[in-house]
Formats: sequence, C-alpha cells, structure tokens
Amino acid sequence: MADDKVTAGDGTFGVLAEFSSPETLMHACAKVRDKGFSIWDAHTPFPIHGLDKAMGLKRSWVSAFVLVMGLSGAVLGMIMQWWVASKAYPLVISGKPFFSWPAFIPITFECGVLGGASGAVLGLLIMARLPRHHHALFNSERFKKVTDDAFFISIEAQDPQYDSAETPRFLEEIGATYVEPVAA
Amino acid sequence: MAHAAVVADIDPVAGRAPLIEGDPSFHDITEVVSAPMEWKPPLGWYIFLGVSLCFLGLFGFSIGWLFWEGTGIWGNNIPVAWAWPIVNFVFWVGIGHAGTLISAVLFLFRQKWRTSINRTAEAMTIFAVMCALVFPGIHIGRPWLPYWMFPIPNQMDMWPQFRSPLMWDVFAVSIYGTVSLLFWYIGLVPDLATARDRATTRTRQVIYGIFALGWRGSFRQWLHYEKAYLLLAGLATPLVLSVHSVVSFDFATAQLPGWHTTIFPPYFVAGAIFSGLAMVITLMVICRVIFKLEHVINMLHFDRMARLILLTGSLVGLAYSLEFFIAWYSGTEVELFAFLNRARGPFAWAYWIMVTCNVVVPQVFWFKKARTHIPTLFIASIFINIGMWFERFVIVVTSLHRDFLPSSWDYFTPTFWDFAFFAGSFGLFFTMFTLFVRFMPMVAMAEVKSVLPQAHVHNRPE
Repeated sequence: MADDKVTAGDGTFGVLAEFSSPETLMHACAKVRDKGFSIWDAHTPFPIHGLDKAMGLKRSWVSAFVLVMGLSGAVLGMIMQWWVASKAYPLVISGKPFFSWPAFIPITFECGVLGGASGAVLGLLIMARLPRHHHALFNSERFKKVTDDAFFISIEAQDPQYDSAETPRFLEEIGATYVEPVAA
Repeated sequence: MAHAAVVADIDPVAGRAPLIEGDPSFHDITEVVSAPMEWKPPLGWYIFLGVSLCFLGLFGFSIGWLFWEGTGIWGNNIPVAWAWPIVNFVFWVGIGHAGTLISAVLFLFRQKWRTSINRTAEAMTIFAVMCALVFPGIHIGRPWLPYWMFPIPNQMDMWPQFRSPLMWDVFAVSIYGTVSLLFWYIGLVPDLATARDRATTRTRQVIYGIFALGWRGSFRQWLHYEKAYLLLAGLATPLVLSVHSVVSFDFATAQLPGWHTTIFPPYFVAGAIFSGLAMVITLMVICRVIFKLEHVINMLHFDRMARLILLTGSLVGLAYSLEFFIAWYSGTEVELFAFLNRARGPFAWAYWIMVTCNVVVPQVFWFKKARTHIPTLFIASIFINIGMWFERFVIVVTSLHRDFLPSSWDYFTPTFWDFAFFAGSFGLFFTMFTLFVRFMPMVAMAEVKSVLPQAHVHNRPE
C-alpha cells in the first residue's frame, strides 16, 4: 500500500493506521494502551461506547465548566435583578419589598441555564482544543474517510516509545489494514 | 434475503428490530444524507424556495407598513388589545418546543430512534423561535424602542421591571433560542466535518471547514464532546419546560377570567410539545420523500411520534375539561361566564375548531394503522397545527372580548394585515427551512451511524 507519501524522518508527525471495524479498533486500542504509548489517539466517525476504557482515558471534566459557569450565571442573574430593583431603579410594586426575591427566580434560573450551556460549549472547545486551523493528520488523503466510515489510530512521533520502523510494524501486527507515515 | 439480514441484525440484548431499515453500511448513511447537499436540487426545491421568498417579502413589506403607519393597521383595539401578534408569537414558540424535546428529553431517556429526526426537529425549533421573536420585536410598532426590554444602561437612567412576567419572557425565550442554537450547532460539528471532507470545490471546503472547527473525529475529542452534549441535553430539558411555563405566566398572572389559571404552565407545555411534534411530522413526511430518506426516517419513527402526539393531545384535552370544571367549582360567576362564553358565545366557532382539531383528531392515533399511514399522519398533523393556532386565538381573544364590564364588550375582526403577518411568518420559516435542507446535513449522520447494529462492540477487551 505504500505510495508516494512522505517517509518517516525529521518532518514526521507520526504514523496513521486504519482498522476495519469498531471491534478491531477497540481491541487494537487496548493493545496500544498496554504497550505504554501516551501520545496517541483513535479517530472514529462516531463515538464508540467503551473506547474510552480501551484507550485508558480518564473522565471528561467538561462538567466542571458547566457547574462553575452555571452557578455564576445564576448568581450574576440574581445580583443584576437585586441591583436594578433595589439600587438603580427602586419602585414599590404591590407594597412588596424592593428585593422581592421570589419574583426573580425565573430569570435567575434562565441565566443559570445560559451560563451552564455556554460553559458546556466553552469547556468542549477548550478541552478538545478547538477550533484549530490545521492539523498534521489532514495531510493524509486517506484520513478524509474518518468522517465517513473509517477507523484510525494515530501515534505521534513525540511519544517516547515511538520508533519509525517498529511502531508501524506493531500496528500491522495488532490488525491494521493500512499503515501510513504522516508528515508534520 | 433482506428479511434474513434484518432478523440477524436484531440486537441480542435489546431484542428489537434495527432503527434504520435496509441494513445500510456506515458509508451508505453518509451518501444518503450528503446527497441533498451535493446534488443539483430538483425543480420543486426552487419552486418551493420561490414561493417561500414571496411570503417572506410580504412579511418584510408588512413590517415596513407597520412601522410607517402604526399598529392601527391591525384589528387590535380595546377590548381586544392583544390579538394576532401575540397569538402568532405563542404559536411559533410552541412549535419551537418539539425540537428540544426530541433532542434533549428523548436523549436523556435513551430513546435512540430520535437520531433520525433530531437534526431537522432542532432546525425547526430555531427557525420557529426566530419567527416568534419577530412579533415581540415589532408588535408595539416602534422599532426604535425594543431595547427597553433589555437591562442596558441608558440615557434615561431607566431599568426593566423584573417582577413582570413579560420580562421573564424576554429572558426565557431569548435564552431558549441561544441554547437551542448552541445545542444544534454542537450536534452539527461532526457532520459539517463530513461535508468538509467530501467537498468537491474549494468554496465548499472552506465554508464547511470553518464551521467544522477543525474537527478530526479524535476520540479524545469525542469524549469531551459526548459529555458536553449530555450536559447540554440536561440543561435544555428543564429549560424547555420553563420557557413555555413562563410564556403562560404572561397570561396566568393577569386578573382576567380565562387567563388567571394555575393550570396554565403544564397545559401550555403539553400543548407546545403537541404542536411541535405535529409540525415535525408535517415537515418529515415531505422531506423524506423528496430527499429519499425513507429508510432512515421510517414508520417506526412516525409511530413513536404519533404516540407522543396522542399522549400530549390527551393532556391538552384533559386541560380543556379541567378548566371548565375549575371554573364551575370556583363558584365565581365571571369565571364560569368566561368559559361558557368560549363554548357558546360569539367565538364558539373558534372554540369548536380547537376542540375538534386538538382533542378529536389525535384519537385516530390509537390505531397502529393510522400511526403508520402517511396520508393520515400528514392530514392529522395539519389539523393539529390549525387547532393549536386556534387554541392561542381562543385563549387570547375570547378572554379579552368580554371581560367584567358588559359595556366594553366587543367582537374582534382581523384585518388584511393580520393575515399578511401570519402568512409572512410562514414565509420566513419555510425560507430558512428550505435553505437548511439544501446546505446542511438534515439527518445527524454521526448519531445515526452510532445506532446501527455494526457500531456496537459486544466483545470488549479488558
């Protein structure tokens, strides 16, 4: 399958290996994990359940962004209403106190949801390091199929375990149907 | 042969038939969903877009005339000062509820059949909320004043009144629109990356590429993506319930008989989901045929949606009868009169259109034959759309036209411009929707692929 692609060397990002199904990919991931690689990734057209375990990934902390921003949104929403109703523009309505907080709950809730949803999106963008203009993997023509029906593992040359001759052979051993070095 | 393949694909754990018919491969899904974005659209698409644009033009012209001439062009007058603009607003916000219901609530309940229809339903939500937001923006006829609705420092040193449900509404609907947009967009990112990778021209590659954010299907990204999506669904679920509750507070906190009712929040939410699902069916029936998506959006999906319509329709029917019971039980003369006036007064025709469309018509969905018969589904969904518009008309207009003082009673008659605004808002909705089906993946490809039988790994490594 080797063609006119750039060969491994100094300008190398790493190696890209294709697998035929979610099942073979998951088993291969478990083997890459057990081999002790750290700077590597799996690429799939859709999320596969159980792959996080096979890759040895820890839980996602996007939830922390949601909690913090959601609570901040709610608190800011309530503070805004308190300030407007009792400091900036105090009006007596139905003889109620200026800070009649039960009436402010709906907007507090909505502001909390807005904060939480923004936190989820912001957290995703930060944790997934998006948006980005380019990535070395896009140098591979074959990699375009990752958003269609192909399953890949990429191991980066920066990984201490990486070896330009040994790593592609290892990937073939664990069931890759196609292996290609990727230029940086 | 095909039958044997389907039987073999029955999930051994769930023991159910596959959600997508015809045993497609992952690539087949990409092809069938991407096709409408890549083919030259059929003539029908141009005709539909042209007609929609005409109505959109009518909308623009009507808004211009409103700003020039003032709100006197409408039929609104004392005693019916809130008429079609607010009816249209509530109608569109209601339609905008099924999208988030299908996306978020069904996601949390692990209803995997949602994957075929959630994208279109979410798009429908966003366009419906856009249509809804036009009305509060223009209904005072003074386009230079809507900034009064927002807490913005201004030269008058004046601030909004946060004890008013109308202010809650500003926050609820605009935040609902924002969160729905975020939810929809995050769902779109992997599919936009598919469009980018399949692009045949540089322009398409760049435009889809920008919106795909550089997505590369990395599982380290998918991990955060799935968490973010789950949390967005978790946030959108109480949000969708709160938004129409807040819309109902606009009425429920008033003193007017027919509006001053504690049942309004759940009744409005059920009605909103009911009307939204009907609109989803109306749109799906057309789209699946035009874009050859019959295997992806199949009878199983219509069957489930029809069941939800039956449920929410029955809840709405229950609310109608409870309103009468409570009006009688309250022993308040004016309250009882307001409801009897709905069923027997000058607007009885509107009330009975509402009851027929919303309570009688959905009963057909007790029968499986009706739930899986396309013409029945289509016709019933149209009736429900009509019925739900009349529900808002009945609530707004019949309550206002005869209140406490018989000397101020009057009949409400819409003008040409009332019709123009309503038809024009459909122009905006269908223009957006027609462009959406042409330029965006109308089915969530990545999600549909993940519910195909071959996506599941049964024999997992340790």
